[in-house]
Amino acid sequence: MNIILNHRNEILDSEKDSLSVNELLKLKKFSFTRLIVKINGKLVKREFFDSASVKENDNVEIIHMISGG
Amino acid sequence: MNFQEIKNRLKSRSIGIAGCGGLGSNAAVALARIGIGKLVIADFDKIEESNLNRQYFFYDQIGKYKAEALKENISKINPSVKVEAHTITLSPKEIVELYKDADIIIEAFDKAEMKEMIAETVLDSFPDKPLVCGVGLAGWGGNELIKVERHENLYIVGDLTNETGENDPPLAPRVGIVSNMMANVVLEILLGKDK
Repeated sequence: MNIILNHRNEILDSEKDSLSVNELLKLKKFSFTRLIVKINGKLVKREFFDSASVKENDNVEIIHMISGG
Repeated sequence: MNFQEIKNRLKSRSIGIAGCGGLGSNAAVALARIGIGKLVIADFDKIEESNLNRQYFFYDQIGKYKAEALKENISKINPSVKVEAHTITLSPKEIVELYKDADIIIEAFDKAEMKEMIAETVLDSFPDKPLVCGVGLAGWGGNELIKVERHENLYIVGDLTNETGENDPPLAPRVGIVSNMMANVVLEILLGKDK
């Protein structure tokens, strides 16, 4: 599957037509616990990480939030 | 644009600042100096001696609530700035209430879970309102790693990777750089691109 991830083209190694946000995080080995996810410019709240789907050509933004201020 | 024109454009603007620690106190002072109209600041905490390595407070303010002390400091720098200070632990409900009329919100929390909470709240409740977050400011050096990343109305300022910890503390120079870059992003949103 081809998507745009954080403004870059990304080829995902998956047989599926769509992935949940949690499946995408696992596939990309994103380990930060606090993050903001947007699909096609729209916020995906944490409670929908298992249900929201990422599909071919989607524009996905994953922003890590880390401590310090 | 000369400084009088800049001040004229800023005086009707209101900025919400969530957190009055290293990022919030320094960003607030930068915006106050150039004549922002109104700041809505909030923090639950009191000033400790260990905060003085980066936060815009003074030794004789130790023990005071940060939001009130910051209001006092801003009034000494530029008394024409209206400051609404709230000593409060911000939850999604209060964020929506306090910042609904703000033109832009600055996220200036310390903890990652609070940064996530406010970003989720603002993107969900006010998708058209710009939110400027500080992410990655621990330690020293690495000036060239600090940048601004834009995701529609969400602006991330910092090195995006260095989390604070026992051996990577937040220090005045880097926290000052990130907080002033955040204030600079606010200006760019309000006045348009200059450079």
